[in-house]
Amino acid sequence: MKIYPRPKPSEQPALLHPAYVSTVRRAPEISPILLPHTMSELTGPLYGHNPIGETDNDLTRQHAGEPIGERIVVAGRVLDEDGRPVPRTLLEIWQANASGRYFHDRDNHPAPLDPNFTGAGRVITEDDGSYRFVTIKPGAYPWRNHANAWRPAHIHFSVFGPCFITRLVTQMYFPNDPLMPFDPISQSVPDERARERMVSRFDPDLTEPEWALGYRFDIVLRGREATPFEEQG
Amino acid sequence: MTPSQTVGPFYHFGLTKNLALGCLTTPDLQGERIRVRFRLLDGDGKPVPDGMIELWQADAAGDYHHETFCGFGRLATDGQGSCTFETIRPGRTADGRGGRQAAHINVSVFARGLLNRLCTRVYFEGDPALAEDPVLALVPQDRRHTLLANNTEDCWKFDIRLQGEGETVFFDI
Repeated sequence: MKIYPRPKPSEQPALLHPAYVSTVRRAPEISPILLPHTMSELTGPLYGHNPIGETDNDLTRQHAGEPIGERIVVAGRVLDEDGRPVPRTLLEIWQANASGRYFHDRDNHPAPLDPNFTGAGRVITEDDGSYRFVTIKPGAYPWRNHANAWRPAHIHFSVFGPCFITRLVTQMYFPNDPLMPFDPISQSVPDERARERMVSRFDPDLTEPEWALGYRFDIVLRGREATPFEEQG
Repeated sequence: MTPSQTVGPFYHFGLTKNLALGCLTTPDLQGERIRVRFRLLDGDGKPVPDGMIELWQADAAGDYHHETFCGFGRLATDGQGSCTFETIRPGRTADGRGGRQAAHINVSVFARGLLNRLCTRVYFEGDPALAEDPVLALVPQDRRHTLLANNTEDCWKFDIRLQGEGETVFFDI
């Protein structure tokens, strides 16, 4: 049986983080009400399994030509808090192109769009929780949060996991990014070690010779196995 | 655990291209067809035009069944902070203590400025089962109305107020 302990507050961002200005008028002010888990929380959607396309996990092959930028492999595993794999779950990613521009109407950063790059991908994890994307390393880009604000390069990840409780949307960062200490979104996570869990690491074993650098990014969702004592209890 | 981060303002091409996720019904599906219109508002009462709403709900019998009913919906909010789902009225789900919960839809709210998703529930105004729902019983009486969808001529309306007067009840799941 799986149990779902609440995460430690220091390991998740506070909803109100004034350095990230958009939280100020959007973060609820009243504490959420603790909800005992029912079937509504312990079940969850099985979404996106049928229509996965052949190039959905290779963002460099979704158009007629090759996108501009540094080709990378991003791979890892989706795990629970005991390190057990989360198999057959949908991962969705989206990101800016190599020049830091999103394929989005409301992104008016004056950097070029790339006709050969959309920047969205999806994959279902394997039985061992593993996944793999091929993409282009996203560029950093400016935003208007504060004077001369820049987001570190990142890839957005959305993952479901086995139930409603495990749903997670996060961002993957790259190692040694000098922008990260100045970024109020990543710095909204108080605990340094928890922040580091959002940073991928360069992995020579994922790197493909003469082709692409590899970055490993494991995602840990909520949930532990109950001990035998608890199960008998 | 991996920390949560905001969905940001530019998620649409990654997450909400598939507008079919606004319709949870299929021709053979049993249950009362309903429309639920959400409106997402910030602390100034202004619409949030870059939010995303996800639904997870039981079928008409109150069961979470992948085989016969996907139970999952997802839409982006529009310029008015709104989005409308076509679905069925869910049945009453077991409460794990021998009773049944009142009919409800589980909701996740994502947006730029939300560093973690918010979870709430849509209940249905006028439902006689509301009085015996164990989750509503945890909510202070004067805030329960924020969890009730209002029945109008063409849809059930549910406003999500992120902050300020009438702030919607959110749950720590």
